[in-house]
Amino acid sequence: MIPELGHFSLILSLFVALVLGVLGSAGGQTGRREWVALVRPATQALWLLTAFGYGCLTYAFYSNDFSVVYVVQHSNSQLPAIYRIAGVWGGHEGSLLLWHFMLTTWMLAVSLFSRQLPDTMVARVLGVLSLVAVGFLVFMLFTSNPFLRLADVPADGRDLNPLLQDPGLVFHPPMLYMGYVGLAIPFAFAIAALLNGRLDAAWARWSRPWATTAWIFLTLGIALGSWWAYYELGWGGWWFWDPVENASFLPWLVSAALIHSLAVTEKRGLFRNWTIVLAITAFSLSLLGTFLVRSGVLTSVHAFATDPRRGVFILVFLSVVVGGSLTLFAMRAGKVRSTGSFGLVSRETFLLLNNVLLTTAAASVLLGTLYPLIVDSLNLGKLSVGPPYFNAVFVPIMVPVLLFMVVGSFARWKSDGVMDLARKLGASALVSVALGCSLPLLAGSWSALAALGLSLALWIVLSSLQQIYRQLRGTANWRATPWSFWGMHLAHIGIAVSVVGITMVKSYETEKDVRMGLDDTVAVGGYTFRLTGIREADGPNYRADIGDVQLSRNGQTLRMLHPEKRTYFSSAMPMTEAAIDTGLTRDVYVSLGEQLEAGEHPAWAVRVYHKPFVSWIWGGGLLMALGGGLAALDRRYRNKRAHSTKGATVGGAVA
Amino acid sequence: MKPRHKRAAIIAGGLAALSLAAFLVLNAFESNLVFFFSPSQVAAGEAPKNRTFRVGGMVKEGSVNRKDLTVSFVVTDTAEDMKVTYTGILPDLFREGKGVVAQGKLSEDGLFTASEVLAKHDENYMPPEAQHAVDEAQKTIKTLQ
Repeated sequence: MIPELGHFSLILSLFVALVLGVLGSAGGQTGRREWVALVRPATQALWLLTAFGYGCLTYAFYSNDFSVVYVVQHSNSQLPAIYRIAGVWGGHEGSLLLWHFMLTTWMLAVSLFSRQLPDTMVARVLGVLSLVAVGFLVFMLFTSNPFLRLADVPADGRDLNPLLQDPGLVFHPPMLYMGYVGLAIPFAFAIAALLNGRLDAAWARWSRPWATTAWIFLTLGIALGSWWAYYELGWGGWWFWDPVENASFLPWLVSAALIHSLAVTEKRGLFRNWTIVLAITAFSLSLLGTFLVRSGVLTSVHAFATDPRRGVFILVFLSVVVGGSLTLFAMRAGKVRSTGSFGLVSRETFLLLNNVLLTTAAASVLLGTLYPLIVDSLNLGKLSVGPPYFNAVFVPIMVPVLLFMVVGSFARWKSDGVMDLARKLGASALVSVALGCSLPLLAGSWSALAALGLSLALWIVLSSLQQIYRQLRGTANWRATPWSFWGMHLAHIGIAVSVVGITMVKSYETEKDVRMGLDDTVAVGGYTFRLTGIREADGPNYRADIGDVQLSRNGQTLRMLHPEKRTYFSSAMPMTEAAIDTGLTRDVYVSLGEQLEAGEHPAWAVRVYHKPFVSWIWGGGLLMALGGGLAALDRRYRNKRAHSTKGATVGGAVA
Repeated sequence: MKPRHKRAAIIAGGLAALSLAAFLVLNAFESNLVFFFSPSQVAAGEAPKNRTFRVGGMVKEGSVNRKDLTVSFVVTDTAEDMKVTYTGILPDLFREGKGVVAQGKLSEDGLFTASEVLAKHDENYMPPEAQHAVDEAQKTIKTLQ
């Protein structure tokens, strides 16, 4: 009964979304009051119906309703309750439902927090979003219905993939999806502006907090995913340039460019066309990501069951969205052209340069991701593009991005002098390079990469501190400093923190695979590991071999680590659970491989790692997200009635 | 500076950035493509010597031999076999009779030393490359019969 109700509510929501999509866009164009007035209540109804459907599926999972195919495939009666709830998004159909639920949640947010917008604008935005929702609902109802039922009800489910039975599953996919889906909002704003033919500072001010919020979720989702891979996949890597990771990274790069381009559009009325293109690209890339991840064309942890119809559908949907919006753009681009100019040395120039570089970086990552697929579909053979390609291309492009980021945040709008900039930045640059080049000596071996990374990170931090100091000295009341100023610097410092983490791990990590019997020891990075025992223990739905590893340094015992090798009852699938001692300046990591010898003198394969500063990588992501949060909550977005003329530019922050 | 000059400067800057990127991409691309070969192709001498490539198929039953951390096993596409050695920890789902993809180099004496062994994260999941190798070999066998 409950699953049918859920199914029914999805069908109903398809009709509501259709009506809302048509009336919203048409009402926005014609300005007919009764249509426009319908938009907000219809959005709220759509959200209620979707939330109800989502609740039904969650209930089916929670109550172990194995008459539902999707529940059978992704759950089991022994599964702990929290994973039964999170298991909803453990597979393809439920992920789509989550996608759709989040889209309607964003729509609900727009309908609630848009009082300062003209009603016709809201109608257009929600209309466009609703049409996107129609696409996903049709996809779900016709190719991936999560509510399909079985006539023969099996006694138990096939269980959730053990890899997904981890707190990471609870947070990572929803965060990432909020980001993916959130990019639909700036996209809808862009389409609405094209339909309207009006793209001014007010428009940019409305879109900015939404774009920034979507970017925050993407940042958190990517950071969580990377952290999850690090501790859960068991083998200590934190970024693999896996096509699925790239699929989330591409929209991140482009939306990072977008939020900066929007800043220029708001403050200076420039880059309008470019902003529109970025908004369309960012959302298209998140659709492409969904296509890549869900169609099964990729070899990946994330690729679920393959069904060619699904791939074809998403491809068609993608072409409609990309083709349609680019056609609209081509027709209307002339109307929204920027007027105004800026000097060759100005904040605009540096922001433009970084925009170009970020999109170039995205394009080269896209090439590496899609090339194997293209070659394969043309039957030219099978190949893969390895991490060395991405590192070789990505790092050299990001170095100037970081340099321009510092210079750009110092440069004045419109025009600035080279000598002025050099005078302001010279001291911090010299100090950073000197420190950056000498610090690696302390760490042991000097390497150019470590020196470069540390110098850049130091320069970012020092120059941000310098600006914060100037700002505080310049204003009588520090509270008057806009939040977006703090947000920008916090996010930039976050990037520096991540750069430190990446540099240190890449330059100084040590790894050892060893054979260990009882009481054998192995040393990495000044730490000694001693295997003192291996015992068996039962978990709720698995049996585990647990290693007792004593961690010590300079003869002093620090703590015991307990890496596990689990075997899940339902699937007999082994899983490695690493044990990690996390610290501010280093992680030590031990994971248990297979048993090499049984009997009197058992021996195991063991992998140990010393990873300096690895947690800074994710810590930086957290700071970026916090900075984004401050920027998105800036007071000027919260004014009940925004002025349609350019607001006073305060503090000169762009974040 | 005149707007015309400025535009020219911006375009020049953009082109410079793009050509730098194109240079990096092509440079890195050429040396980092990892091609895939099936054991049959390797047996026919199609695979390069001393360049990293991938080989895939099924792990032959009873072929896994372990001495401490060094493992040797046979990858088969049902037509041809190929011996692979690897030092390190194998992925959780590496099993005899299951699909596997190994990345590494072929030495002059024909021994494949893997630097990486990939087995996927679901017991029922067959790496597409491994599946492809087996399918191709089966096709060849059928045409020969």
